Amino acid sequence: MKLIILDDYDKASEWAAKYIRNRIIQFNPGPERFFTLGLPTGGTPLGCYKKLIEYFKNGEISFKYIKTFNMDEYVGIPRDHPESYHSFMWNNFFKHIDIRAENAHILDGNAADLQVECDAFEEKIRAAGGIQLFVGGIGPDGHIAFNEPGSSLSSRTRVKTLALDTILANARFFDGDLSKVPTMALTVGVGTVMDAREVMILITGAHKAFALYKAIEEGINHMWTVSAFQQHPQTLFVCDEDATLELRVKTVKYFKGMMHVHNELVKPLTPVQKGNAKVVEMSEKPYSD
Amino acid sequence: MPSNKSVSEEPITQFVNCRILKDHQLQREDLWVREGKILNPEKLFFDEEGYADHQVDCESKILAPGFIDVQINGGYGVDFSQGCDVRGGVALVSKRLLEHGVTSFCPTLVTSPPHIYHKVLPEMEVHDGGAEGAGVLGVHLEGPFISREKRGAHPEHCLRSFQQGSLTDLLEVYGSLDNVSIVTLAPELPGSPTVIQELVKMGVTVSLGHSVADLSQAEQAVQQGATFITHLFNAMLPFHHRDPGIVGLLTSDQLPPNCTVFYGMIADGIHTNPAALRIAHRAHPSGLVLVTDAITAMGLPPGHHTLGQQHIQIDGLHAYVAGTNTLCGSIATMDMCVRHFRKASGCSVEAALEAASLHPAQLLGISQHKGTLDYGSDADFVLLDDSLHVKATYIGGEEVWRK
Repeated sequence: MKLIILDDYDKASEWAAKYIRNRIIQFNPGPERFFTLGLPTGGTPLGCYKKLIEYFKNGEISFKYIKTFNMDEYVGIPRDHPESYHSFMWNNFFKHIDIRAENAHILDGNAADLQVECDAFEEKIRAAGGIQLFVGGIGPDGHIAFNEPGSSLSSRTRVKTLALDTILANARFFDGDLSKVPTMALTVGVGTVMDAREVMILITGAHKAFALYKAIEEGINHMWTVSAFQQHPQTLFVCDEDATLELRVKTVKYFKGMMHVHNELVKPLTPVQKGNAKVVEMSEKPYSD
Repeated sequence: MPSNKSVSEEPITQFVNCRILKDHQLQREDLWVREGKILNPEKLFFDEEGYADHQVDCESKILAPGFIDVQINGGYGVDFSQGCDVRGGVALVSKRLLEHGVTSFCPTLVTSPPHIYHKVLPEMEVHDGGAEGAGVLGVHLEGPFISREKRGAHPEHCLRSFQQGSLTDLLEVYGSLDNVSIVTLAPELPGSPTVIQELVKMGVTVSLGHSVADLSQAEQAVQQGATFITHLFNAMLPFHHRDPGIVGLLTSDQLPPNCTVFYGMIADGIHTNPAALRIAHRAHPSGLVLVTDAITAMGLPPGHHTLGQQHIQIDGLHAYVAGTNTLCGSIATMDMCVRHFRKASGCSVEAALEAASLHPAQLLGISQHKGTLDYGSDADFVLLDDSLHVKATYIGGEEVWRK
């Protein structure tokens, strides 16, 4: 595991975006070779999306040969509802970049048979060769995607009933009217994310500090589903100072002492590195713990 | 690969790098067009898995709905009320209006003898705009059912009253109302309530003007369905605090619920004092419709011109009867009016642009497809720089003029 600690939200967002940028460039995607990216929604990744859009507009990266898979979507609200994750992805990311619609996959919460939709999503991920880099965020209760506390750590994509806490927290997006808040969602499972070659979790803000502590300093526990990634061979937690408030000083000092090494990962790539990228195979690991 | 076969094979154009006027705000958004209509790109993306075939870089300009002029008597030497070579005259003006950002208009006929209406009206067909010029939304008939006292420059011998108090009077004079979208009349004329009702039933917008009506007569006309005031302040009783007259409609509480009264404003800095413009705008901003009320001389260079029997001296934005100080009409173009209105009223760029696009479209009941950049609307729009000078004009998504 790598724990990347940045001063604030903006710096954390930028670091994460640069990491994604470099991974894409190193992978050197093309018509026969798509890079696969798992994507989250919510407030935390917004800054990261803004930076990625900036890199696209600068011409540093293109999304033409990238397939994306979103983590989750509500059940039963119209696709064009402003709070749907389709709308979120369109407004905050897709409409600003050159991704092709056929490569942008989001679960359909209005599908006639929801489980069939979930199974098809898993199949699409498999058909795309698995996910290279899964980017995620977590809730204050340590849930990743909609894998609420108590979700199986080997779960796959499925229908989930939302925890009351989540429903209450979401009410502000639905005119404060609890009856309008979706109570179910489709979500990738913890196991689905675990299968990705690399996982990057963004955690910012003091309200997520306890969840970060539970994620990395205590044992693996299905009540803090994000803790499952302790067993993933390639996981990065990217956080701001506020999110480290519940960590031990020792933990924070250790990882801060590593920042000069980790910052190498987000440096602009030289032409030689870009050239070498062509020979990096999907199974290879250019960086390891 | 042809895009979006499921819905349409027509190419899609994406206008990028622009600030579009949408939902009353300038927003950094792209504008997508297919088959001459504004497309919802989110639906295109998720439903059709489609994408744009071409991109047009708008160089960070403002992209606003095309201007709509509901009162224009002519220009470039053409007088619509002359009755000679009607089609040629309309075609010339249509074409030249493009450079002022006008994408559709209502050619306006001042009070004329019946034979002029009978000849001119059938030749002024409603039609869409295009490369050949701005679209014609229907004729605005200003008179002859107007007040003798407030006739302004309208010829006195042609004025009429409602003899039978019904449409028959209008058909007798006009011949047909097929190509007509607005009729300006004086509501104090006996018989006008029935006439207003019948016009509104036919889908014709009724405007109050060239009138000595008091406020209660004006309110009654609005209750019958009138929705517009022709060049507010001009050719009507001046505002008086015990009888505000037609001007009082701007703040009347005797109007039907959800009824917006619109009012035309000649914002050329000459025909309406900026203070009066501000009074009207602050009292009723959502009803303000910019009109040019332009005459034959609009678009002609400064100097002396002979137009028919008239001799005109053009000096800046003033057009005088030659050798006198008598103003003979407005020669400001729509883009000038937008700029002047913004400066004089201190309103936002958005409000200035909507007074020339959204409001006239709402007035004519066509805001479903004109006057906005909403999805499904006609892709009639202008590109403007920050000082609101027109840089390019598009109709149905096609560029029809560029500076």
